Amino acid sequence: MTDQAAPPPKPGFDTGLARRRRWKLLLAKQETIPWRFESTSARVDSKFFTGLTGFATGLILVILAVILGNILVNGWAGISLRFLTSGTEKDMFDVDKAGILPMIFGTAARVILMTIFVIPVGVITAVYLTEYAHSTSIFTRVIRGAVNNLAGVPSIVFGLFGLGFFINFVGQNMDKFLRPGAAEPLWGQPAILWASMTLAVMTLPVVIVATEEALKAIPQGLREGSLALGATKLETIIKIVVPQALPGILTGGILAVSRAAGEVAPILFTGAAYFMATLPKSLTDQFMDLGYHVFILSTQSPNVEKTRPILFATVLALILLTLTLNIVAILVRAQMRRKMRALH
Amino acid sequence: MPSRRANRTLGWMGIKRGHQARPVEWLAEKFILLVSLSAIVMVFLIFLFVAREALPVALGRMSSAKTIRIIPPEEIGKLSDAQLMEYLDLKPAEFRRMSKESLKDLMAVKVEAAAEAPNDKDAGLNTATWSAMLKPHQWTGYDTPSYIWQPVSPVSKYNLIPLFIGSLKATLVALLFGVPLALGAAIYVSQLANPKTKEWLKPAIELLAGIPSVVLGFFGLIVMASVFQGVFGYETRLNAFVAGIALGLAVIPVVFSIAEDALTSVPRTYTQAALALGASKWNAAWKIVLPAAIPGVFAAVVLGFGRAIGETMVVLMASGNASVVSWNLFDSTRTMTATIAAELAETVFGGPHYRILFLIGALLFVVTFLSNLLADVVIHRLKNRLEGKLA
Repeated sequence: MTDQAAPPPKPGFDTGLARRRRWKLLLAKQETIPWRFESTSARVDSKFFTGLTGFATGLILVILAVILGNILVNGWAGISLRFLTSGTEKDMFDVDKAGILPMIFGTAARVILMTIFVIPVGVITAVYLTEYAHSTSIFTRVIRGAVNNLAGVPSIVFGLFGLGFFINFVGQNMDKFLRPGAAEPLWGQPAILWASMTLAVMTLPVVIVATEEALKAIPQGLREGSLALGATKLETIIKIVVPQALPGILTGGILAVSRAAGEVAPILFTGAAYFMATLPKSLTDQFMDLGYHVFILSTQSPNVEKTRPILFATVLALILLTLTLNIVAILVRAQMRRKMRALH
Repeated sequence: MPSRRANRTLGWMGIKRGHQARPVEWLAEKFILLVSLSAIVMVFLIFLFVAREALPVALGRMSSAKTIRIIPPEEIGKLSDAQLMEYLDLKPAEFRRMSKESLKDLMAVKVEAAAEAPNDKDAGLNTATWSAMLKPHQWTGYDTPSYIWQPVSPVSKYNLIPLFIGSLKATLVALLFGVPLALGAAIYVSQLANPKTKEWLKPAIELLAGIPSVVLGFFGLIVMASVFQGVFGYETRLNAFVAGIALGLAVIPVVFSIAEDALTSVPRTYTQAALALGASKWNAAWKIVLPAAIPGVFAAVVLGFGRAIGETMVVLMASGNASVVSWNLFDSTRTMTATIAAELAETVFGGPHYRILFLIGALLFVVTFLSNLLADVVIHRLKNRLEGKLA
């Protein structure tokens, strides 16, 4: 045996700094590592492309900042207590008198109504998908496909659907059976109820996906513990699983509200009004809407330069509403993930 | 890891405790199942009710021809009640309320209207047919057969080709602008950025999805249009280019999150193996991770296309809305979505114009349905494959 023991390393030779230097030397000599598939030019490429993709990321953030900054700077001056608390009784385009209270009220009302419709359906669907369905069955696959598909239907098609289904079908039939002989339609016309329902259909996937994520993150041990103590599956779901998933359901609700608050296309034909003298009082009233008002102010104004301050202020109000909700959702979700990580 | 999860899921799914003893449990399960069908039902209903309104036009049963035949008021006795009602477009209740004299007056009005109607050869033409909607027509006063969308005119012209071209133009610009940026950002965020940066970078980019489309449209119309005109010096202030760039901002978050998700779902071991063999981070991302996730990236682009072609408010506000047939990106353009949004409120309920707008909506639904389906299948396969390889 000629196997000679290697000389023991000198004390201190393999300490961090020296080892790193040795590796640097090794890496510098390409031929010592023949399988390395990166040449010098590739390394330059690497830097270049990392920079390029980083630049793309940066550019998106810059565009976002420019949009938000522009709206903030131009809109801030127009926001005042009077602007937020008065209506448009006098003149919609009057810079000194017009306000956005009816629009804020209309948007808030339709969004709250929508939440009432969408949360139960969305949560129950998510519960089915995570707790009952077999994840590999064709049936589950079809439900998931439908949810994904619903998320991709154009918003204007939701508007047409709202008109064709809720107003022309459901509403008109309600008129026919509930108030036979009435001359004026009550249900079969655009109304805040139908706008909210249309938006509820549109935001269903948002709630389902967020709730599902929350349900999946709950440790299986909690369910097993509950069952071991003698609870049934339904009891476990209602008393253990769903309460644990509340932050996730909340996130879904907030995201749905944020998405719906800014949507205009689905409510164009289902309830939004150009002008209303009073606030909506019943479910069958039409309403004024913040997003629709932005559209009116920017396209119908007799003098765009003159109405610019109220236009920017209205946009700022809308964007503050949707972005604040979005940021809250992101924070709630981050908090939830941290908690879940601790649980596991 | 995945095998362990699968076992746990099976244990929970397999539980039937108390089902025989407690009918409530059984009922609740059936109820939950029923509610969870709502997503499927809704997709089905959307198509059904949009298509229902469009059906007469789609089947060619609708006629836009205004002068069918004119009956002189003196011949009122020759018509039955039903014929008269149809001729005068009256509802039964209205018909019953009218005296014979007022009916005669209405017929006289009809004759007068017919005299004022355009009496060129186009006047009696039914323009609500598939051939009129898709093929060029030699209109009176035009030099060559042409594609024209002009629903509000003496002779309504419902050719859809200008709207298709308009939608494609805006979508093309949006994808050319949005997709490279979104994919670059997705690669950077998922592969190259360090974890701490990634933590805030991802939500920051997804914040773009929180900007309502009406605000993007407003920004395109009020701010971007003027700036771009100053920079590029083209003639029409609002055009497919401005609308496309604004639309691109709506596409970026969609493409980014799907692509980022696909890239992140490639197992870390792929990257680690490549790095161990001496690849740089970029090389591992470009030559290993991206090829593995390419179906997901493709799906992201397809979904981005669906978003762009279906987006309404941005194009309604920033595209100028003139329905001209031109492939020039700097011409004003009118898309399918904007046409529905702008015109539906002013149409006669149940008339040809109303139904054709629903037909456009049904076409949009079909296009986005197919692209969503494609993306869904591709992503599902990709996830299965990546997880299968891991096991």
